[in-house]
Amino acid sequence: MQKLLLLGDEAIAQAALDAGMSGMYAYPGTPSTEIMEYVQASPGAASGNVRREWSSNEKTAMEAALGMSYAGKRAMVAMKHVGLNVAADAFINSAVTGVNGGLVVVAADDPSMHSSQNEQDSRFYGRFAMVPVLEPRNQQEAYDMIFDAFDLSEKYRLPVLIRITTRLAHSRAAVQRREARAQNSSSLPADPRQFVLLPAIARKQYRALTGLYEKLRTDPVLSGYNRLTKGSNTKAGIITCGIAYNYLLENLRLHNDGHPVLSLAAYPVNSDLVAELVGSCDRVLVLEEGYPLIEEQLRGLLDRDVKVAGRLDGTVPRDGELNPSIVASSLGMQGSAGKEVPAIVRQRPPSFCKGCGHADVFAALAEVMKGFGPGRVFSDIGCYTLGALPPYNMVNSCVDMGASVTMAVGAADAGLFPAVAFIGDSTFTHSGMTGLLDAVIKDSPITVIISDNSTTGMTGGQQSQATGRIESICLGLGVNPDHLRVIVPLRKNNEENMAVMAEELNHHGLSVILAMRECIQTASRNKKAAAAEKNQAE
Amino acid sequence: MKCDIILAGVGGQGILSIAATIGLAAVEEGLFLKQSEVHGMSQRGGDVQSHLRISDREIHSDLIPHGGADLIISVEPMEALRYLPWLSPEGWVVTNSVPYINIPDYPDNAELMAALEDTGNTVVLDADSIARELGSPRSGNMVILGAASSFIPMPFEILEHAVQQLFSRKGKEIVDLNIQALVAGREAAATR
Ligand SMILES: Cc1ncc(C[n+]2csc(CCOP(=O)(O)OP(=O)(O)O)c2C)c(N)n1
Repeated sequence: MQKLLLLGDEAIAQAALDAGMSGMYAYPGTPSTEIMEYVQASPGAASGNVRREWSSNEKTAMEAALGMSYAGKRAMVAMKHVGLNVAADAFINSAVTGVNGGLVVVAADDPSMHSSQNEQDSRFYGRFAMVPVLEPRNQQEAYDMIFDAFDLSEKYRLPVLIRITTRLAHSRAAVQRREARAQNSSSLPADPRQFVLLPAIARKQYRALTGLYEKLRTDPVLSGYNRLTKGSNTKAGIITCGIAYNYLLENLRLHNDGHPVLSLAAYPVNSDLVAELVGSCDRVLVLEEGYPLIEEQLRGLLDRDVKVAGRLDGTVPRDGELNPSIVASSLGMQGSAGKEVPAIVRQRPPSFCKGCGHADVFAALAEVMKGFGPGRVFSDIGCYTLGALPPYNMVNSCVDMGASVTMAVGAADAGLFPAVAFIGDSTFTHSGMTGLLDAVIKDSPITVIISDNSTTGMTGGQQSQATGRIESICLGLGVNPDHLRVIVPLRKNNEENMAVMAEELNHHGLSVILAMRECIQTASRNKKAAAAEKNQAE
Repeated sequence: MKCDIILAGVGGQGILSIAATIGLAAVEEGLFLKQSEVHGMSQRGGDVQSHLRISDREIHSDLIPHGGADLIISVEPMEALRYLPWLSPEGWVVTNSVPYINIPDYPDNAELMAALEDTGNTVVLDADSIARELGSPRSGNMVILGAASSFIPMPFEILEHAVQQLFSRKGKEIVDLNIQALVAGREAAATR
C-alpha cells in the first residue's frame, strides 16, 4: 500500500476514511482543524459520499455524530481541547447511552497554549466519561489507532476518545496506508430504549458503564498499546504517556542507562503493568505531555507508597509542553545547549493584516469610547482579539466563545454603562446567539458589535456558518430593528461609523451594530480561485 | 547521516514551501523525515518556525533538542537569531539580509548584522535582490534554500527535482523561475 507524508491530523483523517467512516463533524480549532480540511479535500470522501460539512459548534458536531452512530454508521468528531468543554454534555452522556455505529471523538490538546486560552488535558474527560482513550505516539500509530478505535467502539458500544497534542497534530511524517474497508450499512440500535436517558433507564445503563470501564483495563487491544521494556537499571523506572516516549528515546539514543520503561498510549491502564514496573524499581519518573494524570494516580492521596518524580515535585516543569531538552534534564542528563538569544531580538506578536476590517471597527470604537472611559469592552475569540494589543488596547476580556455578549449582560446588570460586546460572525453563531436572546428578553443596556468578515478567520478562513444571515438571525431573535445598525468598516466611512456607535452606546437598551466587510485573506483567496477557474475555462 | 534544520521567518514569508521542498527531496532519497510546523495564531505577521529532521535512521522526536540543529535557514535576519539556542556549535546559519519590519522596536541594522557575524558560521545574502534580478521577486525563499543547499546532505539535483514537483501545478514558467532562484542562491553562497 501507498506511503504518504502526512501531518498527525491528516493521518487521522485518512485513517478514518480508510476505516469506513460515513460522516465527519467538526468545528475548527487549532490544532485540530486540518483533520476536517483533509477529509473535505479528499477525493475518496467525495466518491464515498462521506458527510463532511462544518458544524456550528462542537456540541452540534458531537450530537450529529451520535445521531449518525444511532443510525448504524461510523462517525468521527474532531475539536480542539476547549471544544470538548462545549461538547461535554453530549460527550459524557454518549458514554451512558452507548453507540450503535462506531463513534470516534478526537480532541487536540495544546499544551504551552500556542493558540489557546488554556492547556487542559482531555485524558481527564475520557476518565470522567468512562470511555477508552487512545493517545498515539506518532503519525503511523495515529493512523493505525483509528481502525482500532472504530472496532473498540463497535465492540463495547462506547464512544472512543483519541487524544493528541499540538506537536503530533502539526508534524509530518511518512505513513503507511492500509486496505480501505467499506462503510457500515444503516441499522437501528438493537435496544430501542438505549438512547432514552430517562432516570430509570439511565441508572441501569450507568451501572453497566461502570462495570464495563473496569473490563476495559484488560482489553487486549488497549493493553497492547501499553508496552513495558525491561531494563537492568532498577534505580529508576520511567513511565511515559503518548509522545513523551519520543523525547525519551531521543535522549536514550545518545545515552542509554538501561532504565525499565513503561510506555503508555491507551487508557484505562492495566494496573498489573504499572505494578510490575513500580515493584521492580526504587523510584519512578513520570513523563506526561499534559497534566500529571498518571503521576497523581501513582502518588495517591497519601503519596507515600511509591517514590515518584514528575511534574508535581518539580523534576519536570509543572506546566507547558515537553521537549527533548526538558526530558534530558529530568533524566539528570547534561543536555547540549546552543547560544543564547542575542538581546537585540525583539518579540514579534501576531498583528492585524494590512487592510483588515476589524482594525477599522476598532479605530472607530477607540475614538468613541474615549468619551466613556476604559474597561468597558468585552470581547471574544477570533482575529479581533488582537484589538487587545497596541495600538488599540481596547479589549478587556477573552474567555470562551460567546462570553462577550453574556459578560456584557452581567456587567450591565451590575451597573456598568455602556457595556460593549465585540464578537466575530463565526463565534456569534457558535455560542453568541443564545446569549443575545438573554439580552433581548431583558433589553439589556449593552451594545453588541458583530464584526462580520464572512469567514472563520483565526483558524485559516473556513466557511462561516451564517454568512449573509446574521442580520436576519438578530431580527429573528427579537432585536429591535431601530437599534440594529449595519455599517461598512472602511476608513472612508470612519466619521459615519463613529456617529452610529455613539448613538447606540448612548441608548439605554440593547443595540446591535453589524459591521460587515469580507476578510481580506479570504477575499484574495477567493479571487485567486476564481481567476484559476477562469483560466481553466479558457 | 542526520540533518536537523530549523526554518525561520515571519508568517506569510513562505518558509513552508522551503520545508515542503526539502521534504519531497528526502522522500525521494528514501530518508526518514519529521517536520513540525506552526499553524494558527502565529500565521499573522508573527514569528514562525518549523523543525525539519531528516535521517537515514528512524527519527523519534518531532522537535530538535537545544544545541542539536545542524542548520538554521531563515528568510529574515532577526528571526535567524531567535533560534540560536537550538543551533549546535558546529552548525551553520543561512539567512536573508532583508529585514521584515512590522514592529516599532525593530533593531538597528548594523547591530543586527554584527550579531549575525558573531554567531560564527554564517551565510548572509540579499535574497530579495537576487530574486528581483531574476524577474521573480516572490522566489526569495528558493534563493535562500539554494544558498543553504550545500549544507544539506543530499545531491543538488534531488532538490531541483523537488522544486519542479512542488511548483508543477503552477506551470512551466513558475517552475523554471524557482529553479533559477535555487541555482542563483547556491552560486551566491559559493562566491561569497
Ligand atoms: C470552543 C472553541 N472552539 C474553537 C476555538 C478556536 N477558534 C478560535 S477563534 C475561532 C474563529 C473565530 O471566527 P470569527 O468569530 O468569525 O472571527 P475571525 O477570526 O474571523 O475574526 C476559532 C474557531 C476556540 N478557541 N474555542
